[in-house]
Amino acid sequence: MHAMRADLPGVLHRSVQISVAAGTVPEWGLSLLSEVSMAREKRQKKLKKILITGNEAIAEGALSAGCDFYAGYPITPQNELIAYMAKYMPKSGRVFIQAESELAAINMVYGASAAGARAMTSSSSPGISLKQEGISYIAGAELPAVIVNIMRGGPGLGNIAPAQSDYFQATRSGGHGDYHTIVLAPAYVQEAYDLARTSFDLADKYRMPVMILGDGFLGQMMEPILVRRRSPTARGHNKEKPWALTGCEGRRPNIIKSFALAEGALEQLNLKLQQKYKVIKNKETRFEGLFLDDAKIVLVAYGTMARIAKSSLTRLRLAGEKAGMIRPISLWPFPSPAFFPRNKKVKYLAIEMSYGQMLEDVHLAVNGKAQIEFLGRSGGGIPSEEEIINKVRKIL
Amino acid sequence: MERIFCRPESLYDVPTHYCPGCGHGTAHRLVAGIIDQLGIREKTIGIAPVGCAVIAYDYWKFDCSEAAHGRALAVATAIKRVRPQNIVFTYQGDGDLAAIGTNETIHAANRGENLTVIFINNAVYGMTGGQMAPTTLLGQKTSTTLEGRDRQKHGYPLKISEMLALLPGVHYIERVSLHNPQEVLKAKAAIRQAFENQINNLGFSLVEILSPCPTCWGLNPKESLDWIRDRMQKEFPLGRIK
Repeated sequence: MHAMRADLPGVLHRSVQISVAAGTVPEWGLSLLSEVSMAREKRQKKLKKILITGNEAIAEGALSAGCDFYAGYPITPQNELIAYMAKYMPKSGRVFIQAESELAAINMVYGASAAGARAMTSSSSPGISLKQEGISYIAGAELPAVIVNIMRGGPGLGNIAPAQSDYFQATRSGGHGDYHTIVLAPAYVQEAYDLARTSFDLADKYRMPVMILGDGFLGQMMEPILVRRRSPTARGHNKEKPWALTGCEGRRPNIIKSFALAEGALEQLNLKLQQKYKVIKNKETRFEGLFLDDAKIVLVAYGTMARIAKSSLTRLRLAGEKAGMIRPISLWPFPSPAFFPRNKKVKYLAIEMSYGQMLEDVHLAVNGKAQIEFLGRSGGGIPSEEEIINKVRKIL
Repeated sequence: MERIFCRPESLYDVPTHYCPGCGHGTAHRLVAGIIDQLGIREKTIGIAPVGCAVIAYDYWKFDCSEAAHGRALAVATAIKRVRPQNIVFTYQGDGDLAAIGTNETIHAANRGENLTVIFINNAVYGMTGGQMAPTTLLGQKTSTTLEGRDRQKHGYPLKISEMLALLPGVHYIERVSLHNPQEVLKAKAAIRQAFENQINNLGFSLVEILSPCPTCWGLNPKESLDWIRDRMQKEFPLGRIK
């Protein structure tokens, strides 16, 4: 598990724990933590500061990670992402395709990845539903790929307001078969950039699909972020991918497939995948923990919801309430170890822009050992700072 | 003594799983033979469909990928764009290319992707037991058209090759057949043309092959070949379409 104790987050894409021992709540509020750490990072490395939307930050992160291939289809609220890729991918000799459908886009990502490229697609909820078959194939064929879901309200066509209602689909293998997708949920534009970079590394390391799960707020809002120089494309790195389709010169033919017809073969593939998932559960959980040492109530929220919850937390702490917070950054694997009850009287409040989806993972993590409450709205409704504070006061 | 005929290097020396009289074995061999002739085995990447030819990569000795049902041309598009130095082709049946994958087919063709498509038209879904395909003839009995395909209930046989020929992005389309040795030789020439076009960067090339499916047609192998000659090629005339 990536967790560290520090007064400020030094490495933005890793988990952070802020403990009471490190001091009182800064008066400027917890939500500004990333600004402070940004100034520090900028001093330490040669980074450029730019003002950018969350959608564009993911695209910029992908460019800096050496993404060679992007295919997408327009859908609100992620259109800034596809537009950014259309503008910058061809400029550095990379491939951008506006696909004829989400089905085509995800299968193009499958093909590009099979040929050794770092490949990405992005969409929003209804489009991500369409991609599920392809994601299942990518998982089955053990191909690296990055899929971005900037969630909107559902079900059906829903609306274009921010929501978190695709949590189940993202964390429970949205397509057919026993597979998982690593799911990373940024809460800040800087983190969206950082996690985009991380996603490509994780996808390559474990040869599997990695999903960045954001919402319409994160996608559309602008924040200043620090960016690295864009990497040249990763093309030519096929030596590190001996399984890739490059033509069989000087070697036996490579086959990319998920089909395993022979008796027992598919079970073997599944066992191999399960082994991989076990390793990931041990090594790749990410979260931010705030004031867990003495907390009597722990708010649990991710993404945009976590930012609002963090504002509530700041006000609660300034008012002397012993509140803490767990912000899952990896939704799969869920950071269950962070929930190990410090004392049996601690209570948890799961807060979502959905109706009790992440709540199930909180229940699994706590496993009946503590009281769990829930606050959630969806379809464009978002729990406010005040609603959270009122709920906390009722529980305490 | 000079050896003038042998198994292509691009074809593994293994028995296939295809039914007696099936056209896939012949079509596989033609593709493998042309790849040998053109000397491109070590840079070829083939895309196998979902359908009877799903494990074509067990027979072809070059790099291959599986694709989800209908998505072969999306997969091929990306591979060719990422690795333009390779020769990329898809091998697809009528259900794959002209029903579930129609969208991918039309748009890859319309973008003028520099790809080669081998399109096997046997007028049925073979792998799943002989249901109606988009190319099933009017009156043809299948497990989902028990009284024969009826234009009012099921629509007409889809002439996807003629449709694709309308698109400016398409460079070459030819319909060939496997129903006698002369036609097999013409099929071989067309396949060669379609691969040469890609080598010369001329754009989207497709060869539609009328291919027998005795099992699902309920005919013996000889009757199946005659059925192509007497019935199928009347609906799907042979020759250069574009």
